[in-house]
Amino acid sequence: MMLSDRRPILLANARIIDPSRDLDIVGDVLIADGVVREAKRGIGAAGVPEGTDAIDCRGKLVAPGLVDMRAFIGEPGAASRETLASASQAAAAGGVTTIICQPSTSPPIDDPATVDFVLRRARDNAIVHVHPMAAITKGLGGAEMTEIGLLKAAGAVAFTDGEKSITNAQVMRRALTYARDFDALIVHHTEDPDLIGDGVMNDGEFASRLGLLGVPTAAETVMLERDLRLVALTGGRYQAASVTCAESLDVVRRAKDGDLDVSAAASINHLTLNENDIGPYRTFLKLAPPLRAENDRKALVEAVASGLIDVIMSDHNPQDVETKRLPFAEAAAGAIGLETMLVAGLRLVHSGELNLMALLRALSTRPAQLLGLPGGTLRPGAPADLIVVDMEVPWVVDPNELKSKCKNTPYDEARMQGRVARTIVAGRTVYEFV
Amino acid sequence: MTTGQKSSFVLSRRHLLGIEGLSRDEISGLLDLAEEFVELNRQIEKKRVSLRGRTQINLFFEVSTRTQSSFELAGKRLGADVMNMSASSSSMRKGETLMDTAVTLNAMHPDLIVVRHHASGAVELLARKVDCSVVNAGDGAHEHPTQALLDALTIRRNKGRLDGLTVAICGDILHSRVARSNIILLNTMGARVRVVAPSTLLPTGIERMGVEVARDMRAGLAEADIVMMLRLQRERMNGSYVPSSSEYFQYWGLDEKKLAYARPDALVMHPGPMNRGVEIDSIVADGAQSVIREQVEMGVAVRMAVLEALSRNLPNA
Repeated sequence: MMLSDRRPILLANARIIDPSRDLDIVGDVLIADGVVREAKRGIGAAGVPEGTDAIDCRGKLVAPGLVDMRAFIGEPGAASRETLASASQAAAAGGVTTIICQPSTSPPIDDPATVDFVLRRARDNAIVHVHPMAAITKGLGGAEMTEIGLLKAAGAVAFTDGEKSITNAQVMRRALTYARDFDALIVHHTEDPDLIGDGVMNDGEFASRLGLLGVPTAAETVMLERDLRLVALTGGRYQAASVTCAESLDVVRRAKDGDLDVSAAASINHLTLNENDIGPYRTFLKLAPPLRAENDRKALVEAVASGLIDVIMSDHNPQDVETKRLPFAEAAAGAIGLETMLVAGLRLVHSGELNLMALLRALSTRPAQLLGLPGGTLRPGAPADLIVVDMEVPWVVDPNELKSKCKNTPYDEARMQGRVARTIVAGRTVYEFV
Repeated sequence: MTTGQKSSFVLSRRHLLGIEGLSRDEISGLLDLAEEFVELNRQIEKKRVSLRGRTQINLFFEVSTRTQSSFELAGKRLGADVMNMSASSSSMRKGETLMDTAVTLNAMHPDLIVVRHHASGAVELLARKVDCSVVNAGDGAHEHPTQALLDALTIRRNKGRLDGLTVAICGDILHSRVARSNIILLNTMGARVRVVAPSTLLPTGIERMGVEVARDMRAGLAEADIVMMLRLQRERMNGSYVPSSSEYFQYWGLDEKKLAYARPDALVMHPGPMNRGVEIDSIVADGAQSVIREQVEMGVAVRMAVLEALSRNLPNA
């Protein structure tokens, strides 16, 4: 049953978690005209307008929809891997109500016309909100900064060179300086390409046994240290796009203690998987940056719990079979994640490693705050972007049932507990599990 | 030689290397003397003989049209023998060092050398090696004193004063000698100075030079009596310091809309040469509030005043 967006909806008797208010109660959520009217105890059937659809959510969780800060979508230029339509279907099924798409398209999103193109295509084809990040440098070339002012005015919510690191420190310095004038957020992938070299997985014993070249954690920390020195110099707004190791957390902590405007994100993959999961050269677990050791993973989860890591993102990266069915070293890096990010995160909750409030804060409230978007909250008046989650239902991930155009999931045949029962975007149900 | 001079101002120093160090009285004295030359330059008979017999060398290591021709005219109208040397046509191209050039020229017994050089501090370095007066016609991003003086003269003639005015200097402050000389002069004369630029074009610690800093034009131009635009070099607008000329024009270019943030009687100035459509819109550059052409006229008068005031201090004067 797809509900009309015109009629008010009452999500009744749910466990409501709103990280923006540290709210964790059993109560009701009333939605009308595309916004949250109220989320509190005891609204009940008596307190709703006539014609309200009441949905009994007893035993289920209601929370703000997820805001995924890092997803690759193939428009423009790689629609065979993912379209705005297919990505948004996957997102809706995964409880993601806002996708922040990456500029590493073809052509890259580095001018206002391309931002406009993506926004128009999303408006016409996507069932969840889509906002692009724009490139920091023209053509993602790492040399000349883009029109940060005009791009932001066109609708770019942040700036990143995608999975590329800007190696020229002067370019990074100027971009941080210039972006500050527009209060623009710079999101930077921190991997020194020279230290990556030909490495394909985490440097260490396991790589050595597999006979694969390693990427040391220093590839990340060297770049991250440099960046944070430049943030101190320029006063810019900065986010480390994907931290993966314990040493990086020390670097981020120091910057935050020094009152720099710095945030950090980690991918759901690095929080739930480690290098051992690669097993017999499973290319779906080849990622950039690579999966790290178990102690790194544990440190990342603790950092999400403490708020040192602000954001969990999917790093959704659809890859064709042809680019993955290759020897490990030659296979493309990346995994899809929009549809499985929340349920993979619930694994951490069920195992007792992370509480639900911290998980949902990093998946919704913090990214919305950092991007200046109105979502990530159930405050009255907030956009009615929210999810209903059945926390307990067991299921097994079948790649063929995933809505992404590509099936390169690292959770292939993984057992999950809990799944999204309903996703609501702007007051309209865009996904319902039946 | 029909009129006697009213002003007998003497610049009691050998060189004019910058505005830095000039007193309020010295600046006023130069401007007063320049006023007389404005009148002279508007007459049919413009010739004076105060520099007769003296040799002035214009030594330009960096190409310049208006400054060099302005100094040349100034010297000639005062009766000096003027020789131009520029980087493209001289031994400087053949690898001679700045010091050797200075020593060589000094041996020819000039009385005045006017120098422009691309390196900050180069004019002062040369001045130490010669026996005559040296006038800085622009050194790197350091100083351009005659530009600041001609700007001051233009403002004073239009507003009747410098004291208490709010002056917004907008654009590439980082690389601008015009900005630095103007900041010093205007502060000395009691004006309130604001610089307006994207952060990438602001020198570190500029606020310590006695200016307010604004990063957008609305805040920067509020209540401004004077809007002084600076040239943005082409090589700096393609992603190194600012992303593009169109974005620069959008946010920092002076058009009618942004000019409306300033006082209704604000003057629009530009040291030239202008990049129309980059830092300034043609409608504004050629509009009623623009005094850009008057700046050029004042340039000759101010340079005559500087040459005259220095020469009164020369031996045999």
